[in-house]
Amino acid sequence: MEALLFAVVALGAIGSAIGLVVRPNPLHGALFLVGNLFCVAVLYLMLRAEFLALAQVIVYAGAIMVLFIFAIMLLIPGKTEIGPDPLRGQRRLALPLGGALGLIVVLVIARIGVARGPVPRGTDGGIGTIGRLLFTDYLLPFEITSILLLAALVGTLTLAKRRAP
Amino acid sequence: MVPPVYYAALSAVLFTIGVIGVIARRNPLVIFMAIELMLNAANLAFVAFGHARGAADGQVIVLFVMTVAAAEVAVGLAIMVAIFRARYRINVDDLSLLRW
Repeated sequence: MEALLFAVVALGAIGSAIGLVVRPNPLHGALFLVGNLFCVAVLYLMLRAEFLALAQVIVYAGAIMVLFIFAIMLLIPGKTEIGPDPLRGQRRLALPLGGALGLIVVLVIARIGVARGPVPRGTDGGIGTIGRLLFTDYLLPFEITSILLLAALVGTLTLAKRRAP
Repeated sequence: MVPPVYYAALSAVLFTIGVIGVIARRNPLVIFMAIELMLNAANLAFVAFGHARGAADGQVIVLFVMTVAAAEVAVGLAIMVAIFRARYRINVDDLSLLRW
C-alpha cells in the first residue's frame, strides 16, 4: 500500500518536473512546479515529517510561488522564448550531459547504499523535536538565518527602489 | 515501508531534471524555478536520510534550506525586475556585459 502510494506520488513528481522543463510558457511551468512541491509534501508526510510538509505547502507553494507568478505576470510581455538562439549547440548538450550526471548520481547511490540506522523514534516528525534541536544544537545557524533574511530584505529594497532621475 | 534508497533515487532524478532545465532554458524565471526544483530534491534526500537514521536533524537542515530559498527568490526576482527596467526584455544570453 505504502509502496503503491510512493510510486504514484514519485511518478507525479517526476512528471511535473519534466513538465516544468519542457513547457515553453513559464506560467505553465510555475503550475507544474506547484504540483511537484505538493508531491514532495506528500512524500514528507510519508516520511513522518508532518511539520515540514505543512511548511512546504505554506512557504513554497504559497508564498514563493505567488512571488514567481507575480514576477511572470509583470515581466514577460510575450509568452515564450523568442528570437534566434546564439547558444543552440550548447543547449543540445543539455540532455546528454544531464543524463550522464543523473546516471552517475544513481550509480553512486546504488553502490554506496543508504545505511539503516536505529529504528525511527516515534516523535521524530513532531514540531517539539525540531524546535528543541533548533534552539540547542542549531542555535547559531538559526540566528545567522535572521541576519540572512534581513540582508535579503534590505538588498531587495535597494534593488527595486526607483532611482531618482 | 519504502526503503530510503528509493527516496534517494527519486531525489537524484528530480535534481537531474533541474540541472537539465538550468542548462537548456533561456528564460531566467524558468531557470529560477529549475533551481527551486534542485533545492527541493536535496531537501527530499535530507528528510529521507534523517528518517532512515531516526534523527530529526535532516528536517532542521531543510528548514534552513527553505529560508535560504525564500531569500534567494526575493533577491533574484528583484534583480530581474531591475534588469527588465533597463532593457525591456530578459534573456539570460543577452546579459553578457560582465563576461570577461
